[in-house]
Amino acid sequence: MRREYGIFYRIDWVMVILYLVLVLFGWLNIYAAVYDELQPSIFAISQRYGKQLIWIGAALVIAIVTLAIDPKFFSQFAWLIYSGLILLLILVIFIGRDISGARSWLHIGSIAIQPAEFAKMATALVVAKYLSKIDLNLVKKKPWLKAAALIFFPALLILLQRDTGSALVFLAFLLVFYRFGMSGLVMLALLALPVIGILALLINKFILIGILFIGAVTYYILTLKKTRQLLIVLAVFAVSVGYVFSVDYAVNNILKPHQRQRINVLIGKTSDLQGAGYNVNQSLIAIGSGQILGKGYLHGTQTKYNFVPEQSTDFIFCTVGEEWGFLGSLVLIGLYISLFTRIVIIAERQRAKFSKVYGYSVAAILFTHFAINIGMTLGLMPVIGIPLPFLSYGGSSLWAFTILLFIFIRQDSYRYELV
Amino acid sequence: MEKHYLNRKLIILGLFVLIGFIFVIRLFYIQVVAEKYILSATNNVLRYITQYPGRGLIYDRKGKLLVFNEAAYDMMVIPMQVNAMDTAEFCRLLEIRIEDFRDRLNKAQRYSSLKPTVFESQINRENFGALQEKMFMFNGFFVQPRTLRKYTYPIAAHMLGYVGEANPSVIAGDPYYKSSDYIGISGIEKSYEKELRGRKGMKIRVVDVHNRDMGSFQKGQYDTISVAGKDLWSSIDADLQLLGEQLMQNKKGSIVAIEPSSGEVLCLVSSPAYDPNLLVGRIRNHNFSTLSEDSINIPLFNRALMATYPPGSTFKTANALVGLQEGVVTANTRYGCPGGFALGNGHVVGCHEHSGPLDLIESIQYSCNTYYCKLFKSILEKDGFYATDEDFNKWRNHILSFGLGKRLGLDLPSELSGNIPSSAYYDKYYGKNRWRSLTVISLAIGQGEILVTPVQLANMTAVIANRGYYIIPHVIKGLGKPNSVKSTYMQKHYCSVDPNYFDVVVEGMEQVVLGGTATNARLDSIPICAKTGTAQNPHGDNHSIFIAFAPKENPRIAISVIVENAGWGSSWAAPIASLMIEQYMNGVVKREELKERMMNGNLIRK
Repeated sequence: MRREYGIFYRIDWVMVILYLVLVLFGWLNIYAAVYDELQPSIFAISQRYGKQLIWIGAALVIAIVTLAIDPKFFSQFAWLIYSGLILLLILVIFIGRDISGARSWLHIGSIAIQPAEFAKMATALVVAKYLSKIDLNLVKKKPWLKAAALIFFPALLILLQRDTGSALVFLAFLLVFYRFGMSGLVMLALLALPVIGILALLINKFILIGILFIGAVTYYILTLKKTRQLLIVLAVFAVSVGYVFSVDYAVNNILKPHQRQRINVLIGKTSDLQGAGYNVNQSLIAIGSGQILGKGYLHGTQTKYNFVPEQSTDFIFCTVGEEWGFLGSLVLIGLYISLFTRIVIIAERQRAKFSKVYGYSVAAILFTHFAINIGMTLGLMPVIGIPLPFLSYGGSSLWAFTILLFIFIRQDSYRYELV
Repeated sequence: MEKHYLNRKLIILGLFVLIGFIFVIRLFYIQVVAEKYILSATNNVLRYITQYPGRGLIYDRKGKLLVFNEAAYDMMVIPMQVNAMDTAEFCRLLEIRIEDFRDRLNKAQRYSSLKPTVFESQINRENFGALQEKMFMFNGFFVQPRTLRKYTYPIAAHMLGYVGEANPSVIAGDPYYKSSDYIGISGIEKSYEKELRGRKGMKIRVVDVHNRDMGSFQKGQYDTISVAGKDLWSSIDADLQLLGEQLMQNKKGSIVAIEPSSGEVLCLVSSPAYDPNLLVGRIRNHNFSTLSEDSINIPLFNRALMATYPPGSTFKTANALVGLQEGVVTANTRYGCPGGFALGNGHVVGCHEHSGPLDLIESIQYSCNTYYCKLFKSILEKDGFYATDEDFNKWRNHILSFGLGKRLGLDLPSELSGNIPSSAYYDKYYGKNRWRSLTVISLAIGQGEILVTPVQLANMTAVIANRGYYIIPHVIKGLGKPNSVKSTYMQKHYCSVDPNYFDVVVEGMEQVVLGGTATNARLDSIPICAKTGTAQNPHGDNHSIFIAFAPKENPRIAISVIVENAGWGSSWAAPIASLMIEQYMNGVVKREELKERMMNGNLIRK
């Protein structure tokens, strides 16, 4: 019987190997990004690659520890972990240190951690815990609003730390909610928001409202003109109109000039290669100059000579693009998609709903990071500073992602025992 | 309940794949299809630093340094890297206005925000010193070492020429030149540009985002070394040139001296002149416009090569030689002079008071107009009264063989050809066979349509000094090493007059100084042969002209002096030529009083 084998045989090695490959590939690229011909020692602790090596070592220990913990521990202590992290998030608002505009770091001795990174894992646990309650009627709206509150609360606290990127990641849970029965209209609305928002900035507001009106009328006619539908359609239309005006107002009156500039650059309204567009332009130059085969490991010039900002953290993908080229990037994207797919497949085979919801949460969080981060380096997304899972430099994010993933691997290894 | 949502698993997986697919398409576009990123990457990282070689130095014939280089600095800017900085301080150091700063930065930005552009050129060493300490404050700016021309003596500006930035048409026509490169624009700097400029080198450096030098590109295997320009040895005698310019100050005109045996130009004075140091560096543009706007003195105009004058009586020497060659006169031919030569239509070519009848030597000594009208008439009527055309062309060809009426081919740009009219010209003017010797009689005494440049006149003198040949005058006698003259400037060009006929003319020219029209040019120690000229000038007073060579045997200097609107040849041009000969032959001028008088003469009307 399978259950009699040890943990070594029961964990999903596909996920573990994908994890290890990504982490090591990440380290190679951090080394390349900070590589300095004058100081070529690989293990120089003072350099980022030296530190990252220590954090990888620690991450492996954390992974093993996580695998050793009783899988029931995580579902039983979900609320406690969640509460603990909420406390930390509140604490960090008051005693955290400002680093590059955000107050998201907590310093304990010489170690600095970012509670926001771990909050995602805690929220995933508590969402899984909540949605796996047996008496929950997910056809109704009320449990979804409660679940939304669970993700909204930490997201708000992180927003208060002025770490918009990390807060945005909590939208990932909507994907999880969708999978477990939330109305698809929410997802549709979520998709419509940025589209209408960008159009509101790009084209004349009244033309846009006209288009929305025609859309509403068409929808109403197609849905057999039920009276109740008419009210909904009118309400949606009214909200859309309000949204169009508020987007315009917010961008032009509420946002700070540099934020407005970023948005204008992203939607292609202005090009400001020395200001807001600088990062993305340099990122595109670095990736684009890699061409098909790349410049070769340690031969990237754009990243090596610091043309790309934040190249070992948020813009680590530039090093990949420049030194490994299109083929290397293709392989990396393939690895990520394989990992996400594997997690979803494994999640689907869980018997315990907690494990299943948690698995989807892991996939959704990792995917959101992946989509925003690489989308940003490719100029498809606004510049939102969040790390690329497993690749970016940084202890907190690496450990947080490791714990996030290995809790799931642990749950999966015990799937026959858990119900 | 669960089963109902199973298709959502596929939708979620589909979303993962879709995003991955979008990324791959985007990557394919920026990495494989678009080329602008690879170009931008090169521009980001590689800095092509031109290594400007030192321009060749120029020495005079005695080895005195005339032109050398001084370090100067171009302020370069890479607009993209310019950050907020203390603009006021920067402008103060550069001595520019804040508005200029913005204009220039915008201009550079329009050219390229990534490539270096010259922001301010030719900053001298003193200004650079103050600037250098503060360069770290000005991101995006860096300094490129260049060289500036410097001149030991404030002389020979026209001949040496000047250097400036290559203009767009030069850059378009010659791939060697890039924007802000220097090129010789006039004088020796222009004609010997290829030798003087050397070869630029290129260093390719890798820089980081802060424009810090990160070392050479690919271990320097694509770098090229600059090669310094060749030094030039000029045939100019700096002392002679200096004296010439001093003597000619406040006068318009020219002095050209040639070593007859070699064709080497000893001095090339064009007056009014200017200090060549005025056309160097940042002051050049300002000074250039001041000089070029001076329409009265036209100081930039090189009279020695470009001004044309009727040679006046100095031309009688050539006509005498042609007459001898054509056999219409001999040394003993005497003509009486009734005080002028009647043209038969009531007009008379006047002559001044002298005893008569004169032989050929005396005709030169006293510069008898009548003698030369008769001589010239004889030349044109040699083959009969109606064969003027052929005889005229024969005469003209003799004259051309003295190097007149065409560009001599000096190693200097912008030489003019002067004019020896052809029979076709008179045919056109008067009609075929409608003109006779008397129609063009003024040519006999160097007037009329005939025009020569000062250098042609000096060269004609050299022909007489050499008794029958000249070597094309040139100002450079050594390329890269002293005395390595081009073969073009070694070849003898023989005059069509037989060498035997020269002695009598030389004899006459000696008498000019010993007891003729220019006794004031006499030097006790050196036998000078000369001829005065007074060129009629429709625009004002006569030009004072003088040609001379010395010593009589194995001449070492042939000289032409033209002083505009100065009257008789003997009044100004003769003493000046005499002083020049004394300076060149003796290395020193002892006749201080004469020198002072000549120097202080002011013939430019205010």
